Amino acid sequence: MVFSKHPDNSVQASPGAWRLAWQRFSADRVGLWSACIVLWFLLLVALTATGLIAAEWEKEVAIGHAPPSWATSASSEGAGPTRPLPSVLDYTPSHADVTDPIAKEWAQAQQAVKPAGEQPNVLAAHLPMGADKWGRDVLSKTIKGAETSVLVGLAAALVATVLGAVLGAVSGWFGGWVDDLSNWLYNVFHAIPGILLILAIAAVLDTKGSAAVVVILGSTTWTGMYRLMRGEFMKHREREYVRAADAIGASNMRRMFVHILPNVSHVILVQYSLLTVACIKAEVILSYLGFGVPVDGVSWGTMLTEAQNDLLVGIWWQLLCATLAMSLFVTALSLLTDALRDALDPKVV
Amino acid sequence: MTAYVARRLWQMLPTMAGVILLVFFLFNWVGGDPAYVLAGLMSNQEQIESIRTAMGLNEPLYVQLWIFVKQVATFDFGASWTTGEPVAQLFASRLPASLTLMLPLLVIETVVCLVLAVGLSWVRGSRMDRGVMVIFTLLMSVSILVFIILGQYLLAYRWGLFPVQGWGDGLWKNLSTYAPLPILLGLLVGVAPHTRLFRTFVLDEVDQDYVRTARAKGLSEARVMFVHVLRNALIPVITFVISNIPGLLLGAFLLERFFGIPGIGREIILAVERSDFPVIKAVTVYVALATMVFNLMGDLLYRLADPRVQLR
Repeated sequence: MVFSKHPDNSVQASPGAWRLAWQRFSADRVGLWSACIVLWFLLLVALTATGLIAAEWEKEVAIGHAPPSWATSASSEGAGPTRPLPSVLDYTPSHADVTDPIAKEWAQAQQAVKPAGEQPNVLAAHLPMGADKWGRDVLSKTIKGAETSVLVGLAAALVATVLGAVLGAVSGWFGGWVDDLSNWLYNVFHAIPGILLILAIAAVLDTKGSAAVVVILGSTTWTGMYRLMRGEFMKHREREYVRAADAIGASNMRRMFVHILPNVSHVILVQYSLLTVACIKAEVILSYLGFGVPVDGVSWGTMLTEAQNDLLVGIWWQLLCATLAMSLFVTALSLLTDALRDALDPKVV
Repeated sequence: MTAYVARRLWQMLPTMAGVILLVFFLFNWVGGDPAYVLAGLMSNQEQIESIRTAMGLNEPLYVQLWIFVKQVATFDFGASWTTGEPVAQLFASRLPASLTLMLPLLVIETVVCLVLAVGLSWVRGSRMDRGVMVIFTLLMSVSILVFIILGQYLLAYRWGLFPVQGWGDGLWKNLSTYAPLPILLGLLVGVAPHTRLFRTFVLDEVDQDYVRTARAKGLSEARVMFVHVLRNALIPVITFVISNIPGLLLGAFLLERFFGIPGIGREIILAVERSDFPVIKAVTVYVALATMVFNLMGDLLYRLADPRVQLR
């Protein structure tokens, strides 16, 4: 501040750590590309979350199992005849219905659906990425599924990061019985293989849904973060800048979270990004097994469940679309993590 | 050495107590009233009361905890809530299938990954090395589910190279007929992360002085890499493999589920689906115990393999 006001500008402020990191990062072409892809996905997620795109993913826009428009010839023998699902309106009462005890209610129900059904509903024969069993656009589903999977992954990783970082910080800073207690907790969670703990918590939680997945994954994956933060805080506790802060009377909280935290934030960022990848993969498996996102929602995991059944009748586009989207995002995020680590860790350069 | 083992075993006690507390807390408090879960939806108050009495749920909390500790100590978790089979017997009957699948997978995977890791370290930095690493990164980004779904569909269903699913009685029949495809798919999933890990172990060795000495006395590069370096890189590999054995039983739960293999992994998924609490409780506690014991064994083996290591 003082230097920049200096009249002859002879002394320039040295670039900050984040600026240096950005300089290193911007020279990394792989890192930049993967950052673009990750940002693109995040943009899609933001747009679907606000309902701007893929809001009508549940609408029947094509005939059931309509193939992708670019693969019509290749898929025609495999897919078999595609036909629209029988509509409730096709039903006409017959003689047998006279004895049917619910015939009257049935006729009323039919009457009730008629106005909505009478609108001409033209179903497409092809879609850019095909349609699923109920004629829903696979592309919209994949984008909507990205919203669930990415948001759940980001949120679960955030829970784990905050939990692990705060516990690790307190443990490494105070030492003593606080450290013993946190270490004990770490050992307990570390002794149970992650997947088993995840399944055990899934078994006892009777609420299913995105929030449950966030709780399950967040409460089981914090251990790595704890270990790292504990080590970092033990290291930084003895550094001179922290002792100087102590000398001018900064409180414990201030030294921990105002002085040390910015100096370890790059470790947190890299670990957060790693955790997000792990949580997205875990969410997909949990949803596939039916312990995650419920069937009326859509995530990449539930899409894989449907795709497995579709595959038996030769319908491969849902599997392709969900797999491509997930692999692209996970690869980009992994490469971005590597690039971030290289850019933020001054030892490497 | 004995003092070290004794101390490690002593240190396991608080951790084990924590695991028991965690499981107790999860299943008696987070999960709501176990009596309601067992009784199901269609039950009246009398049934629930009688279940509560039978399970000791009307006792104070510390008595319930004591009942649970006794169950853990005596290996007696009672009967499964869904099949009525004693839990211990259930696991004894599911273990062979899991081992038939996982032991060959473990051996093949370790050997393949080690050879790949040494080979890649040999040509490290080359186009080959970087190319394989890129392929591994891509492989790791594809969900396990996709590998299994596609593998089962293409190799078994479409091309008929393997049975789609199933499990027999004889060991040889299982090994030769039903296990190969799951093992192959498990290999495909595991080879990327493990080769990457083992490669870092090997790379830690290649710059050591003894490697330079071996080269200086005129040994061929193959002998240096596959005899001198490999033997030293084996030490962390063995530790890693040993301490991962308990997780192995669960690691295959997706494979067991997809291929209808009656192993422990599939049993856990079924138990979670049916809220079969005794089964999940038993598995969590004993796998945690096994993990601690195998971790200790891994550390001891490390000491045996490398006398320079000081156990503290």
